[in-house]
Amino acid sequence: MVATDWQKAAYVAGQAADARVNVELETEGMTLNLGPQHPATHGTLRIVVRLDGEQVVWAEPVAGYMHRGYEKLCEVRTYPQVTTLVNRIDWLGHFANEVPFILAAEDLMGIEAPPRAQWIRTIFFEMARIANIVLFLGDMGVQLGAITPIFFAFRDREHVLNLMEAATGGRFHPNFDRIGGLKEDLPRGWIEECRVAMKKMRGFCDEIEDLLMGNEIFQKRTRGIGVIPPAVGLEYGLSGANIRASGIDWDIRRDEPSPLAYKECDWKVWTHPDGDSFARYWVRLQETREATKIVDQLLDSMPAGSIQAKVPRIIKVPAGESFVHTENPLGEMGYYVVSKGGLGPFRVKIRTPSFNNVSIAPWLLRGVYVPDVITILASLYFILGDIDR
Amino acid sequence: MSWMLGLDLTAYWATTTIKVLVVLSLIPAGAIILGYVFLLKMMSWMQSRMGPMEAGPRGSLQLVADGVKFMQKEDIFPARADRFVFAAAPIVVLMSTFLLYIVIPAGPRLIVEDLDTGIFFALAVSSLSVLGILMAGWSSANKYSLIGALRAAGQLIAYELPLVLAVVGVVVQAGTMSLQGIVHAQADGEIFGTGLIGNPYILTQFVGFVVFLAAAQAELTQTPFDMPVAESELVAGYMTEYTGFRFLFFFMGEFGTAFAFSAIGATLFLGGWYVPGVEGTLADILGPFVLGAKIMSIAFLIFWIRFSYPRFREDQLQAFAWKYLIPISLVNIMVTGILKVVL
Repeated sequence: MVATDWQKAAYVAGQAADARVNVELETEGMTLNLGPQHPATHGTLRIVVRLDGEQVVWAEPVAGYMHRGYEKLCEVRTYPQVTTLVNRIDWLGHFANEVPFILAAEDLMGIEAPPRAQWIRTIFFEMARIANIVLFLGDMGVQLGAITPIFFAFRDREHVLNLMEAATGGRFHPNFDRIGGLKEDLPRGWIEECRVAMKKMRGFCDEIEDLLMGNEIFQKRTRGIGVIPPAVGLEYGLSGANIRASGIDWDIRRDEPSPLAYKECDWKVWTHPDGDSFARYWVRLQETREATKIVDQLLDSMPAGSIQAKVPRIIKVPAGESFVHTENPLGEMGYYVVSKGGLGPFRVKIRTPSFNNVSIAPWLLRGVYVPDVITILASLYFILGDIDR
Repeated sequence: MSWMLGLDLTAYWATTTIKVLVVLSLIPAGAIILGYVFLLKMMSWMQSRMGPMEAGPRGSLQLVADGVKFMQKEDIFPARADRFVFAAAPIVVLMSTFLLYIVIPAGPRLIVEDLDTGIFFALAVSSLSVLGILMAGWSSANKYSLIGALRAAGQLIAYELPLVLAVVGVVVQAGTMSLQGIVHAQADGEIFGTGLIGNPYILTQFVGFVVFLAAAQAELTQTPFDMPVAESELVAGYMTEYTGFRFLFFFMGEFGTAFAFSAIGATLFLGGWYVPGVEGTLADILGPFVLGAKIMSIAFLIFWIRFSYPRFREDQLQAFAWKYLIPISLVNIMVTGILKVVL
């Protein structure tokens, strides 16, 4: 008997159907777009994640949605105008952005601010660090689902911001640093209030340690998640608390010569051997405590005198190049300033910590689960303005 | 009353209509009470804020204003959504809440239907909401919704078990599944050699109570177990694409179910509408208020935990159910059974 075409086709189709039943159930990956509009990216970072179930196969951050062109804008400003611009880079660590640029310009001009100005600069620098990291300490809770700590963080950050406002007139954008010194001296009574505020911030650190860091679920969610080995961290150029949490004892405040007043105080650089999300959180918490100690000591040893060195009325910076980096709240921030002797810089290259810190994400996110993606990104702690500039 | 209208209020259709209307008004009422007292006010005080202050006295009408706002919004269907399923999902979720209220007694005679299998019925219909959540997640044509819905399905199925097992201890001790019967058993019981306060099962079934609270928390997808709606990862999980009054349905479903679960917890463990020394018609009048107070104290526990804790990861959440809650409740059942036979 000869089979008809129809019978042949039916047989082949039947065989094919059998074969499909016998192989393992076919699954497909899924591409998930985290951002640019997503609650976890606090800003407009986009992360393209390829998922297998809930597991990440690969992930890639896409930066640039917030590019504001600060390096180019610096070239068409005069030196005193640049500080207005750059304290919007890391918008939570406002004052800390101004300092390295001013130091670079002072370095080129060969002048140095008087000691009182350096002292106040250092105090504001550390207060910017506190204001910045306190928000991280609360925000980490939100990313893990605890909504209450962030409100405590906002409440207590206010103590620091009020002091900033009292002294500089600006809560978020002080624009207070000048080449050769500062805009003004501290107002009367400020030092006593600052001591009280620092005490409150230490209280906040104790509170958050009890409330969030001591929580069993928090520890379960963060311990062993997103481990960065020291060698890998160094290869990716991580800095700040992210690299100290991997056990590398490196802090620019302590290790590099700087006109700032850090060498006058007694404080400690904390490291943690684990390198996981919990270690990063822990190191930042300790850093906040150390920052309050630094401020307290500087308030005690504040020298008298002028706050402004003698500088020409119209600032012209002699030709040359200078690179100054400081330990900002997020990590190493550096300004490479090239001057051709004009009123403004010829070229400014800004090295921001968040850009490098987030560049490790593809390496770190491979193989983790979706909830851990959020934990890891939160613990790396980036500010979008700091990535895209 | 009835002679004025010329109606016979004892007729089947009349009683049924009244019952349906009562339950229908209870859902938004419960949702608004819990939403205002806990979500708006208690959370604000925990977070050193004031909460809403402008709409009504101390902001008490804020949720009503929000409800009106939701109704005015445009009814949006996502472009690739399965329109019928998308529209039906919130109703299915609300339906499960609606059915929960049927068996909860608020007084000796204040109950919609005193089913002999009351608690069994309540736990069965509470799992209907999984269906609605899955429908919402699937029909939204959104990856976040889909992940959220699947997580919700996995979680609700896992926590159904400890919930049932926690209740079994109470059922064994009371000897009945009827919720009215369980209240009477607690009212007539004795503990510490005296029948003065009856025998609220929270004293003898404390383990069951804790397991019940944890499992109810998970059933309600409240914070330590809110993986399905994790705001920081999945935006809003299965609700992501919903706006306007459809979102309002989900909101009412969530808080209405929280109210119903608190009521079940109050009935099972705190003695329901019973208050010592009140009987007869007086109990029918006082019952709803007594039950309300007990509901609020259980809801306080649920929301207190919700606003304080971070959330579990999916695998930790499953491990918590299977490794801790279920074995504990099984041991609880065994001990209860042995004591029931011995004593």
